[in-house]
Amino acid sequence: MGLLSPALAGHVVAAAEPVIPNYGAQSSSCVVHNHLFCSDWVSHNWGPVMWPALRGHILLALVAVSIGFAISLALALVAYRYGWLERPTMIVTTIIYTIPSLALFELLVAPVGPNVYSAEIALVSYTLLILFSNILTGLRSVPDEVLDAAEGMGMSRRQSLLRVELPLALPAIIAGLRIAVVTIIALATIVYTIYNAGLGVPIHTALGEGPFKTELIVAGGLAILLALVADALLVLAQRLLTPWTRAHAT
Amino acid sequence: MHEFVEAFRFIAHNGAIAGEPGLPTLTHLSFETLKVSAIGVAISIVIAVPLGVWLGHLHRGSFVAINTGNIGRALPSLAVLAIGDAFLGLGLTVVEVALVVLAVPPIVTNAYLGVDGVERDLVDAARGMGMSGFQILRRVELPLSVGPLFTGIRTAAVFVVSTTTIASLAGFSGTLGDVIANETSYHFSGVLGAAICVAALALAVEGLLTLLQRALTPRGLRLGDHEHAARPPVEAAVASSTS
Repeated sequence: MGLLSPALAGHVVAAAEPVIPNYGAQSSSCVVHNHLFCSDWVSHNWGPVMWPALRGHILLALVAVSIGFAISLALALVAYRYGWLERPTMIVTTIIYTIPSLALFELLVAPVGPNVYSAEIALVSYTLLILFSNILTGLRSVPDEVLDAAEGMGMSRRQSLLRVELPLALPAIIAGLRIAVVTIIALATIVYTIYNAGLGVPIHTALGEGPFKTELIVAGGLAILLALVADALLVLAQRLLTPWTRAHAT
Repeated sequence: MHEFVEAFRFIAHNGAIAGEPGLPTLTHLSFETLKVSAIGVAISIVIAVPLGVWLGHLHRGSFVAINTGNIGRALPSLAVLAIGDAFLGLGLTVVEVALVVLAVPPIVTNAYLGVDGVERDLVDAARGMGMSGFQILRRVELPLSVGPLFTGIRTAAVFVVSTTTIASLAGFSGTLGDVIANETSYHFSGVLGAAICVAALALAVEGLLTLLQRALTPRGLRLGDHEHAARPPVEAAVASSTS
């Protein structure tokens, strides 16, 4: 932690010698003059800076969404079967969802500490509202006739849930996953304020150094690209998992 | 828990820290946060409400209206601010652009879904009574879609308050985020205190907009009010985008 005001740091650096001091011996004239985009800097720093940040970012998001999905699925199944968990879950998750991310991270640092656990707890909390409400909406939207048919075929409640209700709820569940994944990828850029990981790390360095434009564009661009790619992958997954929805659509 | 006690002491002192004179008060920073947020939300409403309502009225462009919601979410605010900083330099303009980019999609999506979802029978009845397209929009479709419309605006407003504080990380100063981004001067208790203020601010904005929504909802629709109030900001958009 211990953040120096980035604007202030920028002025100090600019007043001294080259604009970007800390980028190694290979500083080209492009880097020294802080042009808009220096591809040589990117190729030099992909290995040591960008790839670890990107990998950390993916990991943060993947862990958060997986845990969030497991919790939400369990809560939603209980709410679907017994009905009594819905209101309290909705109220609590809605309040958490309203709390700004930067504030929630700091609120968690007090009891948990500035580590990966605070980061993941915060990220998981933000997935709950989206995933819970979508899974529940999906399960509830299964038509009664279909449930009757499943029962008529002699399915137990468990069989009906696994073979009929959950598959039919998949489009809604994946729609929720898309929103959750993209939201978490966006929020993970803020994680650097409490834990040294994710694409927020190079963004923060670059803001302090000038600001150094190339790094801002690459790190910011990677965060956006990652969100778009993850979203596209989930759309693809939905197409593969629910071939019947396409027949309906036309 | 000691940190929380210190944090509330910081709030009680309105952001003053012993040995550090001349720091802005928490009240001042809160007002600035609200001001920056309000400008962003206002611009977004001006852009997004007419667009979403018009598309919904025509029942056209569902793909655009729904998918802008997902694209907007895919843009991490810090990344948008960083790229804006690289191209234009960080100032109020870049911050407001980032806020508008964030706030327009949920408003468009929900406005579209609200107006598009008004029962066709009602629209037909209104047309049968001789109302013009604009009259139908103003007197039937808009009042009936106050709920979804406000769901979008509330979601957007909460995102915007949150992002206004993130702008401090990018070096835009003047808001509550300054305290959170400056642990050196404020110590952890100050950071925590400011975080509590930001959270309270967001919840207050959400609450105020809910009250405003209730006031604007036609009396005939208020019976089912508690159900609307419990509806989470994202559900409306999600449920219909899958159908």
